[in-house]
Order: sequence, then C-alpha cells, then structure tokens
Amino acid sequence: MTSFLVLFVLVLLSIAIWQLTKIFDLTQIGQASEDSQIATDNDNKVNGYLMFAFLVFIYLTTIFCIVNYGDLPLLNTPASQHGSQVDQLMWISLILIFFVQTITQALLHYFAFKYRGKQGQKAMYFADNNKLEFIWSSIPAVVLAVLIFYGLYAWTDIMFVDKDEDAIVVELYAKQFAWEVRYSGNDNVLGKANVRYIEGVNTLGVDVADPNAQDDIVANELHLPKGKRVIFKLRSQDVLHSAYMPHFRAQMNCVPGMVTQFSFIPSLSTLEMRETDYMKEKVAKINKIREKKSTQLVAEGKAALDPYTFDYLLLCNKICGASHYNMQLKVVVESPEEFKTWLKDKPTLTQAVKDANTTPNKDTSTSIKDSAVAKNDTTIVANVETKKI
Amino acid sequence: MSAMSHEIDHHEHDHHEEHHHKDTFITKYIFSIDHKMIAKQYLITGTIMGIIGVGMSMLFRMQLAWPEESFKIFSFFLGERMAPGGVMNNETYLALITIHGTIMVFFVLTAGLSGTFSNLLIPLQIGARDMASGFMNMISYWMFFLSSVIMVISLFVESGPASAGWTIYPPLSALPQAIPGSGLGMTLWLVSMAIFIASSLMGSLNYIVTVINLRTKGMSMTRLPLTIWAFFITAVIGVISFPVLLSAALMLIMDRSFGTSFFLSDIYLAGEVLNYQGGSPVLFEHLFWFLGHPEVYIVLLPALGITSEIIATNARKPIFGYRAMIMSILAIAFLSTIVWGHHMFISGMNPFLGSVFTFTTLLIAIPSAVKAFNYITTLWKGNLQLNPAMLFSIGLVSTFITGGLTGLILGDSTLDINVHDTYFVVAHFHLVMGISALYGMFAGIYHWYPKMFGRMLNKNLGYVHFWVTAICAYGVFFPMHFIGMAGLPRRYYTNTNFPLFDELQDVNVIITVFALIGGVFQLVFIWNFFHSMFFGKKTVQNPWKSNTLEWTAPIEHIHGNWPGEIPEVYRWPYDYSKPGHDVDFVPQNVPMKAGEEVLHH
Repeated sequence: MTSFLVLFVLVLLSIAIWQLTKIFDLTQIGQASEDSQIATDNDNKVNGYLMFAFLVFIYLTTIFCIVNYGDLPLLNTPASQHGSQVDQLMWISLILIFFVQTITQALLHYFAFKYRGKQGQKAMYFADNNKLEFIWSSIPAVVLAVLIFYGLYAWTDIMFVDKDEDAIVVELYAKQFAWEVRYSGNDNVLGKANVRYIEGVNTLGVDVADPNAQDDIVANELHLPKGKRVIFKLRSQDVLHSAYMPHFRAQMNCVPGMVTQFSFIPSLSTLEMRETDYMKEKVAKINKIREKKSTQLVAEGKAALDPYTFDYLLLCNKICGASHYNMQLKVVVESPEEFKTWLKDKPTLTQAVKDANTTPNKDTSTSIKDSAVAKNDTTIVANVETKKI
Repeated sequence: MSAMSHEIDHHEHDHHEEHHHKDTFITKYIFSIDHKMIAKQYLITGTIMGIIGVGMSMLFRMQLAWPEESFKIFSFFLGERMAPGGVMNNETYLALITIHGTIMVFFVLTAGLSGTFSNLLIPLQIGARDMASGFMNMISYWMFFLSSVIMVISLFVESGPASAGWTIYPPLSALPQAIPGSGLGMTLWLVSMAIFIASSLMGSLNYIVTVINLRTKGMSMTRLPLTIWAFFITAVIGVISFPVLLSAALMLIMDRSFGTSFFLSDIYLAGEVLNYQGGSPVLFEHLFWFLGHPEVYIVLLPALGITSEIIATNARKPIFGYRAMIMSILAIAFLSTIVWGHHMFISGMNPFLGSVFTFTTLLIAIPSAVKAFNYITTLWKGNLQLNPAMLFSIGLVSTFITGGLTGLILGDSTLDINVHDTYFVVAHFHLVMGISALYGMFAGIYHWYPKMFGRMLNKNLGYVHFWVTAICAYGVFFPMHFIGMAGLPRRYYTNTNFPLFDELQDVNVIITVFALIGGVFQLVFIWNFFHSMFFGKKTVQNPWKSNTLEWTAPIEHIHGNWPGEIPEVYRWPYDYSKPGHDVDFVPQNVPMKAGEEVLHH
C-alpha cells in the first residue's frame, strides 16, 4: 500500500513537472523569438497572479489547519494552577501573531501582484521616510514591552517559589530510559544522594546513612496530591534528560552532576481531567483511530491495540539515546487523602535496602537492565517483518 | 597586499598577457586563488552537501509518517546494518537528524551561502581586483572541502555517525556507552567541525579586511550595497562567535579522549560510576549557544542582504530605508550575541538569567520588523520584474515573517516552558532560518548565475522550482506548529508509544508527503543548474539592468576582474527609476549630473 502510494506520488510528480513547464511555455506564446530568460510582461502577469493565489493559499492553509488541527494544541484545561496564566499569555501572543501575519502577508503578496512590472510603467523613486521608520519601530517596541512585562511577571511567578509555602518535595530521577520518583517522606527533606552510592535496590544512589533519607520512599509512578504545591527536584544518572509534563505546562532539564528544580500546584485530578468535555472528545477521537488501526492489525494477524484511557504523562524531551522516544512515566493526580493512602503502603527506601541485604542475590543491578532495554528495543525493531515494496 | 600587487600587475600589462603565464588546469580550476572560481567551488560543494542533507531529511520524514515500515529505499541508501530488512532503526534515525542538521546549518547555509556569495560579490561589488589575500581564501576553501569530506566519511564508520543531535550536548555526545554514535563518529564530527571553524575564520577575516581596505575610489561605507553590509557584519559575527565553538569542541575532545571533566560530573552508566567530577553540561550549552545563536544570523543575514539587492533591482526602485536597513543589520548583529540563553530557559540555569534573555531576545523583533516593513514598502509602487530570483526574495520575506513571528512565543521564557524542544521549535527555525536562508541562496543563484557562469538559468524551470518549493515549504512547516503545540517532542523515532499522539499521525503523513514532493522537485533546480552551465542561453553583460559594480565587469572572467582601470563610484547603488534620467537605472560608476540631487539615504 505504502509503496504503491510512493510510486503514485512519483508518477504524479513527473506529470506535474511536465504540465507546469508546459504552462509556463504557453505563457511565452506570441513572444516566441524572445528567450532572453529575463522576465517579460507576460511572466510578470502570470507570476503576479500566482502571487495573489499564493496569498489565498497561505490563508487557506491557515484556515485548514485551524479547523482541522485547532483542537490539538494544549491551549485549554491546564492541569496546574500556573497553567491558566501561561495559556492566557499564549492566547494573547497567538492572536497577535495571527493578526500581524494576516496583514503583512496580505500587503506583501498584494503589492507583488498589484505592482507587477509592465512595459512603460515607472516605479516611484521613494527612498526614505523617517516618519514611517519611526512608526514601525515604535509600534513593535510598545507591543513587545507589554509582552515582555507580562512574560517576565509570569516567569517570576512560576520559577521563584515561596520557601515557606506548604509544599511537598519530590525527586524525579532520570536515567536511560526510565524515570524513578523519590518522595521525601514525613520530614519533607530528601536525603543526600550521589551516583556513587548506587548499589542493588538503592538505584537512586541515596546515602542511607543520612538521617533525612530514613523516611524517603521510592516509586515507579508519580502520584501527586491535588491542590498542593509540589516542588520537584530533578536529577539525572547519566546524560541530559528533560522532564516534560505538557498538561501541567511544566518542563525542566535533568542535568547530571546538579539538582534542578521546578514547581507547580496540580489543579485537576486525573479523574476530573478525564471527565472534561475536552478530554472526552479527544479520547473518543483517539480511540476511533486506534480501533481502525486495530482491525487492520488483526487482519494482518497481529495483536490489536489497547483502547486508550487518559492519563497524565511525564515524557523525556531532551535527546538522551537510542530509546529516547519511549521514556515515559504515568502521572496520577488524586485527592490529598488518596495520595496519603497510596504513599502509606510503600516501604521506605532504607527498609527496602535492609530487606534486600537480608535476602541477597535478589536484585543485582539496574544498569544491566537499562542497557538490556536499549538492546531489546533495537532487536524488536530489527525483527519487524519485511514487507515487499 | 596581493591585491595591490595585482593592481600593479594590471597597470604594467594588458590582461591578455596576464593570463598565459599561469593558466594550467590545476591553478585555474582546482587550486585557484581567484575569488570567482573559489565562489563557484563553494557553491558546488555546498550544493552537493545540500543534496545529502535534504536527502536525509526525506528518509527520516518517511520513518515519521510510516513508522517502522519497510522501504526498499531505506535498504538501498542505509544498508542492512542501519535499516535491517528495510526498516530504519532508532539509532540510524538519530544519526540522520544529527547529520542533517549539521550539514544544513554549517555546510550548506554557512559555507555554501555565505562562502559563495561573499567570495563572489565582495571584490566585485566594492570594486577590488580580488580578496585581500587570495592565498588564504584558497586555503579557506580547501579546509572547508576537507571538513566536508571528513563529515561524509563519518557516515560510513562502523559504530555509526554522530547521533547526539546537531547540538551535541554532552554527556550524550561524550560517552560512547551512552549511544554508539558517540564513538568514532563523534570524533570525526568534532575534527570536521574544528577544521570547518578554521576555514570559516580565515574566510571571515579575509572578508572583513577586504571590505575595510579595498573599496574602490568613491565607495564610502554608506555607498556599499546592502549585500556587502550583510556579508561584512556576518563575517564580524563569525569571528566573534566561532572561536567559542572551537573552544567548546576542544574541551569536548579533551573530555572524550584525555579524561578531563569540563562538561561531565557524577555519571553512572552501563553498570559503573565514571571517573568524572565537577564539570557541567550547562557550561557546554552556554558555549555552544554563544556560537549557536549568532549562527542563526550568520546564516540569515547574507540571505537578507542578497534579498535587499535583488528586491531593489527587480522592483526598479531604491531599497526603502537604506540607513535603517544598515542600522537593523547592526542591531541584529549586536543583539544576536546576547540572546543565546533563550535556548536554555529550562536548562537549569538561574531563572533570573531567563528573565534577562527574554528581554534581549524579544528586542530582536524590532530590527527584524523594520526590515520586513522596509521590504514591503520597497515593493509598493514599484515596477516588479518577477524573475525567479525576485520570487525567491519575496518568498523569503514571507517565510521570514511567518517564522519570525513564532519567535515571540519561543523567546518568551514563560511560553517556552511548554513548547521547548517540541515540533513547534522545529517549525519555527526551519521557516525563519532554514527555508528563508535557502530562498536567499536560491535567489542569489538565479540572480548571479550569469555573473558566475556567463549563461542564464532557464526561467520557466525556475518558476516551477519556486512555486512548488513555496507551496511545499508551507505545507511542511505550517501544520508542524500545531503538532508542536500539542506537545509532540522532536527527535522521537516514532510516536506510536504514546496513544495521546495517535491523532497527530495523519498530520505527520501530510507533512511527509509535502516534504517528499518538495525534495524531489529540487531536482528541477539541480538539472537547471548543471544543464545551463553548458547549454544555457549566453548572457548579456548586465541582464537585470542592475546598478552595482559587478555588472560593469566583462562577462568573461579575468583575474583582476576589470581590464584596465577599476571603475570609480559616484553614487549609492539604488538609483533605480530616479527622476531626471532616461533609463530606470543609473549604475554606481555613472558620475552625478550637474545639479542632481543626492537624497539623504
């Protein structure tokens, strides 16, 4: 099917080239003797009209994209408190951009059409006008000043977190190609950690002797209490990663050798988000696509795709190696009570280390597992059945 | 000095005599020190690298549209190791995007664009016999050629070419355990780039010295064509920022090979703790982007300069706001060196720096807006000759506006949080620097082809080339903004692991179809380019009726550019349709009439 499509496109292409040169050749009729390869009045006319048509093309593309893909961008229902501020600034910027784009493209292409060259027409000798220059340097300056101030206000608000605020501290730990989470426990202070402490089940390299580390809890899923400020401390074990949580309008790089920070207040629980009209529609649409794909897969004798239910995601957004494209973590936002119950059942890290030491040879090393993941991945790709072209 | 000696040469004998004492094939076509030949060498090398770079993008676009499907074309180009059974593997995908970025940014749009047209136009438009140092110019080209060869060779090493992204952030680029491409492939990448930087520096120094010292009589700085202003300032930015990349590359080489820890610290990889302590990847990001951002303008300014010249010539109208254009170039150049941090808002650097860089970044919008408005005003009430070069110039203004506007979002630290490293960024920079600069390059080629090869390019093929490219460029990059704002990260081999992104798949197919059509249609240009070199229509001396000095030189290339005296300059280069003259252009070497008004341009 695909190979057919490619062939089809190629055939169409050659036909298109042939036809287009023919069209342009036809525009030369009547001036057959003229082949200086310099634009004639006729070329100016044809291309002038095409310029106008191109303006229409730009507008149609814009309209097509907005109508068909306008629901894709994450511009509404942010899941964090600062999200609405970000979205509002985004809307202002987008509207401004579309406004300026519409006008400037119109002027550009309309002038290209309107003033297309004609024999005997003389251009106006107009070299300079300080007033005009002043106007179009100061208008952008004023508009930008507004954007800059709004942006800086929001940025400061997001990035500089009040220390006294009641917040929980959570560590996000990145490595090729997985995430781990460490909760700071009752004392709300993360124990010291360094890759040099990595051993056995202590995959995060926590210093188990540190008093602050005694109540730290490690998990493979990120649960967050709704309505409470969460301060993320981000670390990386090997290369740069980036913790990207698009629904929360949150992102920060994980840098080996340093702890970075990002903070937000989750404002919509997973269940609430699933219940929004916006998300219901989106999930229904996605599931329709998946069903269609599934029937095709089943027909080919492969396993069908699972239906999709919405969950918040944490994805890696900084190129980090071969399996960068599949480094994700499920994020669950729930009520503070549910969160507490969930966390209560988890053993502390120090307890886990003790248990592992009493029953040795249980978990040897994570890193071996990691490279195994990477290898696995390539082999899976390599094993995909070869289709005939 | 050498240019001066040429000058003396010229006064001593007729140019016919000058030719025969050194015209062997090797000195004329290979180790030539004539700037016009070097320009052609840059152009052809850049074109070949461009074919490789664009070809790569077509391959990985196919993977993105039809993930993990088998294509014969993959087997053919990538072989069994990189595409087992015709399915591109994930490491190869990363290698392709890395080398695509490197080749397009450095080898095509820096060397291919600026190298070609700076070399061709600086001596010809300022009225000089050659570059200040023809020999250094030759070395500069051959080092560029060597670096291109090394970059291409790196594609064939067993562990694969560099695959850490064109930004080569360590630790990924420093540790072969992290990704196989960071072995020999990355070593060759760094060696190639080090040579490239040396080449670029030699070129830039030459351009600067030539523009400052070798202008002909009467060619004051405010009578320079805007092309020269753009090339001149580009060279200055290059000299300021490329050495910083060289230092970053050297430190990375030391980290990789000699065990230093400039950029590495506390790393646990493949089951062991590595011996690095105290370095910081953020330092590398600072050094990289200190070049990386000005690089955007190193790529773009020459294209804007070329466009200014071509729009004025073909509009038969002076460029509007000549002085404002120069001021904008200067402002952009200055600001470009203090905005690099907007690539690093979420890198973990102090958020306060984020505020500073937001401020400086958004300021760049002002000179950029001035330039765009000046272009539009130049078209107003013109007599537009819509030659292919003019179409590409108008196309450049269009993509420069579309791509530039989204910079308001990316330059704003608050908004960057959620679109950083998504396809929104890819769409933005491809439109504003990739496509725009390519259009500038095409415009330059269509416009100065007669000057370079003495023949005309076929205009009808040029029209086909432009219109298809223009439609495909928007077809590729306009929808890409939307999937970016949907949160789709760039540099993902496939998006199938995220059901959330399933609904973006048909957009990806559309983008790829446009990319393939646009890519294939470049063959029209390639055909036109090489065919016209031998069979094109012979040109007249000044086919576009242009004012600048290069068109006063004879069609036949001679070393020294002008037989006899170098023309003297009496006016600025934009006296098109000036009242009081019979024709609609007055070349710079035409003396002012008695009582002719000099405008305060």
